[in-house]
Amino acid sequence: MKARIKFSKSGSMKFIGHLDVMRYFQKAFRRCGINVEYSKGYSPHQIISFAAPLGVGLTSDSEYLDVQLSSSDSSKEMIKQINAVMSEGFNILSFKELSDDSKNAMSIVAAADYLISLKDGYEFTDDFEGRFSDFISQDTITILKKTKKSETMMDIKPFIYQTAFKKTEFFKKTGRNDNEAASVADVYENGTVVYLQLATGSVTNIKPELVMDAFCQYAGIVFNEYAFQYHRLEVYGDIGTEEERRLVSLNDLGTEVL
Amino acid sequence: MRKLALSDEILLKVDKPARYIGNEVNMSVKDLNKIDIRFCMCFPDVYEIGMSHLGIQILYDMFNRREDTYCERVYSPWVDLDKIMREKNIPLFALESQDPIKEFDFLGITLQYEMCYTNILQILELSQIPIYSKDRSEDDPIVLGGGPCTYNPEPIADFFDLFYIGEGETVYSELLDAYKANKKQGGNRLSFLEKAAGIEGIYVPAFYDVTYNEDGTVRSFTKNNNHAKDTIKKQIEMDVSNTYYPERPLVPYIKATQDRVVLEIQRGCIRGCRFCQAGMIYRPVRERDVEILKEYARKMLKSTGHEEISLSSLSSSDYSKLKELTYFLIDEFRSKGVNISLPSLRIDAFSLDVMSKVQDVKKSSLTFAPEAGSQRLRDVINKGLTEEAILGGALEAFYAGWNRVKLYFMLGLPTETEEDIEGIAILSDKIAREYYKNMPKETRNGRVSIVSSTSFFVPKPFTPFQWARMDSSEEFLEKQRFLNRKMKEQINYKSIKYNWHEVELTMLEGVLARGDRKISKIIYDAYKAGCLYDSWSEHFKYEEWIKAFENNGIDPLFYTCRERSEEEIFPWEYIDVGVTKEFLLREYKRAKGEKVTPNCRQACANCGAKVFEGGVCYESQNQI
Repeated sequence: MKARIKFSKSGSMKFIGHLDVMRYFQKAFRRCGINVEYSKGYSPHQIISFAAPLGVGLTSDSEYLDVQLSSSDSSKEMIKQINAVMSEGFNILSFKELSDDSKNAMSIVAAADYLISLKDGYEFTDDFEGRFSDFISQDTITILKKTKKSETMMDIKPFIYQTAFKKTEFFKKTGRNDNEAASVADVYENGTVVYLQLATGSVTNIKPELVMDAFCQYAGIVFNEYAFQYHRLEVYGDIGTEEERRLVSLNDLGTEVL
Repeated sequence: MRKLALSDEILLKVDKPARYIGNEVNMSVKDLNKIDIRFCMCFPDVYEIGMSHLGIQILYDMFNRREDTYCERVYSPWVDLDKIMREKNIPLFALESQDPIKEFDFLGITLQYEMCYTNILQILELSQIPIYSKDRSEDDPIVLGGGPCTYNPEPIADFFDLFYIGEGETVYSELLDAYKANKKQGGNRLSFLEKAAGIEGIYVPAFYDVTYNEDGTVRSFTKNNNHAKDTIKKQIEMDVSNTYYPERPLVPYIKATQDRVVLEIQRGCIRGCRFCQAGMIYRPVRERDVEILKEYARKMLKSTGHEEISLSSLSSSDYSKLKELTYFLIDEFRSKGVNISLPSLRIDAFSLDVMSKVQDVKKSSLTFAPEAGSQRLRDVINKGLTEEAILGGALEAFYAGWNRVKLYFMLGLPTETEEDIEGIAILSDKIAREYYKNMPKETRNGRVSIVSSTSFFVPKPFTPFQWARMDSSEEFLEKQRFLNRKMKEQINYKSIKYNWHEVELTMLEGVLARGDRKISKIIYDAYKAGCLYDSWSEHFKYEEWIKAFENNGIDPLFYTCRERSEEEIFPWEYIDVGVTKEFLLREYKRAKGEKVTPNCRQACANCGAKVFEGGVCYESQNQI
């Protein structure tokens, strides 16, 4: 069976890069003794795929990985079993069964929610909310996108799906109802935050750092790449049509095993 | 939540921040309020290398079994963080608690190779502990060293409060008890060191004075404190089956050099190769019980989740239950996707069968370590590997589908002639010939590939070659060039690749290996001039080392290119490793006479290791 696992990543574990997180889970699955299926050949590997790589330094409430299992217990049992071998900073939140024909997480990722917090001890602008609102209500937000080969101008405005400064407001806009859900995001004394929903995935991938960089340029502030803590709140797949987006959290695409 | 010693900004600026955050799987967590002794274990090299070391894992587990002790770890900060810590005056910290090391009771440093010596000074300086032991105060941790380089600790004697000479499992508990007792009695640093000096295997360098002859050799080595012993006896664990072994080794987040379970199947080696220090200092051979090893394999794979297990020993083929253990590992774990790696295996029908089961023949290579190119020189070094065995093994492997062979040799072995060196090229060629002669074209798996590597021979203390002259850099290079020419003269030279080593590093290793206390100042000066991570060729600053020798009026060739007389007092003379000086000298003479000495299982050569009352020395007696 195919299963989708949701986990959070926090604390010092934010310094573990994506490839190492993959290795970490492979070893964790061996430790907890769940029946992961292996590929064939001389160097068999576990059949696992991750939804959207999280950069070093970012924390998250919702990371997803899909894994092929030969058998499984109930969701509740599986969560307990895997959590028993997790280090502090990794926490399994959900275990869902996927239908056999379901697409893997990576291919369907379309959007993600972020909480961006100003870390304490860094200089920043007064009236952040006002200036950010001005920034976001421009008709176009053009940035210089650098790739290995070329530099192109890109309008990122269409890919910033939602913006808010308060959690309740943001959850309302994004249609989430798990308002009470605990978050592992770090809280800073200065209280300067912004919530963003951004296009994510293989087609268009807008990192929150990119938006903050663009804002700083707009506001005439020097962008300090270490000044913000980026935290991922949720990852979505798109089950709508080409004309109309319909975002569903990756967690809602599976079913609870009873 | 754990608070880290470094800020987010620093961690995001440096390469691989996971080196500095701890919290690894199976990390020991203790309540500091219930602890009497804080011990910080250090491997003075970068995290990925240090985390691969089995010895530290054993000691970490052993110390933490004591309720009154919390053992934590530290590794050398990489050069990027080193710079930041100096700029911002951040004290070096332990990974577990993230607390400064200067607050600890002990800083224990493992000494695995000579080229890490400047890294030791980095650890001390970044920890804000005085580099010289004489400058330390009551508040500073006790700095102790252990591991293979302590068999001649003199070049670094000035930096350590004490050394422990022997295998870690044996006297550390006694040492910690003595520390506690001393504290309770209101004792100070000196009274603890005096107590420690009374424990077998503990060497307190400050309690001895060295004088030198006019020619620079050691004249006398005398005690200046009544608590010190005349000789320091190496301590070893005789019951290697029922001793400490970590059932839950640490698992790093970033890929360590050894990303696998390591199963130590035996200690010591029966072979008696005359250049090999490990083969002498770890005598006698002691095997681990195979049933216990199976149990450890199971537990450690389960507790780590590693996808590979590797057997560790100096010569795996000599482990008497190797077949049973190997087939058990294959049957039990292969189906669960666990890789099995078997280093230091003699090539024969059994090992080929095993290897064909655990690796892809097309992708892997066979390894031989003839060490010398001619039978004559192999007899000199007592390497019991014949040309017949190499060619026979290679041919069998070719039949089984392999076509890649790696060969390891040394240049500069005592009595070496041009013929011996040319022998390396000829042997490489013969293996290629064997392939083309015996393998019909249609069964060949492409061309044969022979990779021959040479390193330079460095004489080490407590080996039969401890008296020997080491070649100069010029001689080494000349030999290397000569061999390179000879390689190109071979019929199959297109199938042979020749790899060589850097010569400057070897010269320095030679000095540090057989150096005396005068070398401490050289290491200090080189470190202050920016030398660090010397074993990393991109960081090795040879000129700075040469400058340090010149400024101190010390000729490095005195330590390398000089044959020692039989009467000379070695700097390490006060250490008793069980294997006697008489035996080593006998072996040196037999080497010069090209006489082979049988291995421990064939006949006892009376090396002296019998004093330990166990292991291979008593095996045959047991059978009668």
